[in-house]
Amino acid sequence: MSLNLIRDRQLVAHDYPLLADDAALPASGTLTVTLARWRQDGEALRAPGLAVGVRIPNTVDVADVWAEVSDRPMINLEFPGFADGRAYSQARVLRDRYGYRGEIRASGGAVVRDQLHGMARCGINAFELRPDQDPQVCLGAFEDFGLAYQPAADHVTPVLRLRGRR
Amino acid sequence: MYRYDSFDQQLVDDRVAQFRGQTQRFLAGQLPEDEFRSLRLRNGLYIQRFAPMLRVSIPYGLISSKQMRMLGHIARKYDKNYGHFTTRQNIQYNWPKLEQVPDILADLASVQMHAIQTSGNCIRNITTDHLAGAAADELVDPRPYCEITRQWATFHPEFNWLPRKFKIAFCATETDRAATRLHDIGVFIVRNAQGELGYAIYAGGGLGRTPIVAPKIRDFLPELDLLSYLEAILRVYNRLGRRDNMYKARIKILVKETGPAKFTELVEAEWAKIRDGELKLTAADFDRIRQHFDEHPYAADADADASFDAAVAADSAFAAFVKRNVKAHRVPGYKVVFVSLKAPGVAPGDITAEQMELVAQLADDYSFSEIRSTHDQNLVLAEVRQQDVYAVWKALKAHNLATPNIGLLTDLICCPGLDFCSLANAGSIGVSDEITDAFESMDDLYDIGEMKIKMSGCMNGCGHHTVGHIGILGVDKKGEEWYQVTLGGSAENDATLGDRTGPSFDRAHIVQAVERIIEVYLEQRSSEDETFLKTYRRIGMAPFKARLYADEAVAA
Repeated sequence: MSLNLIRDRQLVAHDYPLLADDAALPASGTLTVTLARWRQDGEALRAPGLAVGVRIPNTVDVADVWAEVSDRPMINLEFPGFADGRAYSQARVLRDRYGYRGEIRASGGAVVRDQLHGMARCGINAFELRPDQDPQVCLGAFEDFGLAYQPAADHVTPVLRLRGRR
Repeated sequence: MYRYDSFDQQLVDDRVAQFRGQTQRFLAGQLPEDEFRSLRLRNGLYIQRFAPMLRVSIPYGLISSKQMRMLGHIARKYDKNYGHFTTRQNIQYNWPKLEQVPDILADLASVQMHAIQTSGNCIRNITTDHLAGAAADELVDPRPYCEITRQWATFHPEFNWLPRKFKIAFCATETDRAATRLHDIGVFIVRNAQGELGYAIYAGGGLGRTPIVAPKIRDFLPELDLLSYLEAILRVYNRLGRRDNMYKARIKILVKETGPAKFTELVEAEWAKIRDGELKLTAADFDRIRQHFDEHPYAADADADASFDAAVAADSAFAAFVKRNVKAHRVPGYKVVFVSLKAPGVAPGDITAEQMELVAQLADDYSFSEIRSTHDQNLVLAEVRQQDVYAVWKALKAHNLATPNIGLLTDLICCPGLDFCSLANAGSIGVSDEITDAFESMDDLYDIGEMKIKMSGCMNGCGHHTVGHIGILGVDKKGEEWYQVTLGGSAENDATLGDRTGPSFDRAHIVQAVERIIEVYLEQRSSEDETFLKTYRRIGMAPFKARLYADEAVAA
């Protein structure tokens, strides 16, 4: 598998592979299923020995699916194209509103060097890099900015508050 | 002037380094062209018809003399010795080289300037009244509110990949000079019945091919809730704004298709969940931002001057300048002086490096080292002692910057058009030149009075044609340049979209069409005090239409 995974700013072995909707369930291990599959086979997917993450489409309102996925160890958000930023808001709602503490993983065509910093600020902590990305170059993305003007899900103290402390 | 602290400077410096890295990766073939495009746009860099174009941000139109000198330096060093002020109060350079742009950004950062988010589908420059702080009809100075919003919007991680560009304007005056309701969000700073400061919020306005005047979505938002409410609007838009069709992607389409009432409900529901969170401002936050702005030491005896009135009486050319280009200041003895970038034969908004340096020097000598840019594409020296206005006028006049036409017909606004822009269907600068020529006589101008002609080279409407008293839109018909005309638009408090006259005019007849419109106005107005707009609203389209299409051959 050529897919590279960054988790918590470290390059790690790939896990939670995506299971096709019509593929048979393995007996054990980690895997990712679509929201549709999760809704269909939720009971079987909760079998001991399986760790299952759920991929939610970037068109859904997180409020509508939260109850179904809140106990999952991993929620997978879609970034299908460079310009489609809908999942940025989904990530913030998961972290800021619902206090989700599991892994939020970004996957898709926009998971590239130049978007990682913003994704991390919105609370995404795992990144399935697009195959053409150099993982070492990507790790540098988190250092692009040491300060932030606005609060976000990464709990960096915004400049407005830093000023108040001087 | 807002002065950076070490935090502001660090963020801008980090951005220059980030863009330098992106440019290097692009030039080395490690960054796909379409992705670099999105990244360079967020740093103001377009690839235009003939060359790249760099748009530099001027937050709420405020420029220091030091910054203006740097803009001149950049024009000399990296461009063809001039720049172009836009209808968003920013400045554009039409001839920079791609590989030099990181150096230009580094030069800008050295004077607390940048090109961040001047393009791309993200939150753009925050704009307001070009007379902010100097206007007598102002409730409070809107610039600290603009600055606090600018900081929130800068590198906002959630809203960098919106469906479409997003523009926010503030108005704190009785007379709206910022076209506030024609923005994605228009914020009016107001007091409620209890005397508390806050905001009336409008959302979903805009120009372009579906021009809409924004509806009000909230009567009163408390002062400290500004950022959480903006965040709620943006979050609703980021989630629900259309992404299937770029022409339907602006928030105005979402508000229109959802309905303003339902849209407001969505925003209020989102806001209820975040209003007491980290974005809640404090009075101390506003105080700290205000402390970054200079206090101006106005002279207490400025009003004692008698030389200004004497000069107006003695010099009729100066009197003409004062009548059109000099406005009242809230402090007695001070005046607001408009620098016209609409001299005959010059493209609207264009200014040379020498002229920039002259304006910078005048600001140092006479106007607390500050200059403002206007959305009508002029400059303003807003804080001139009346005893100094004559000297300022002399200097401006010597540099072709004192054309007494502010607010008049030849003070038209105009996009770069086919001459520079890759989007344009038709030329606009040439037409504006001809209109200026046709009405060159100053006597004609005074006779015609207040008149805003606005012209765009394509449907995107950068020249704001739909809110021109006379609007002109360039269209392409089988490879030929044609022009649609609208009448009766306004960008002020009575914001109105213009009505189309009918079939469009070809290049050979568009200036004649404008002349005929003016003729009808001059014949029909009830007195010299009835402006074009008032006359149009009274008599309607029919008399104009009859004259414009008297000989059918000119139109198609």
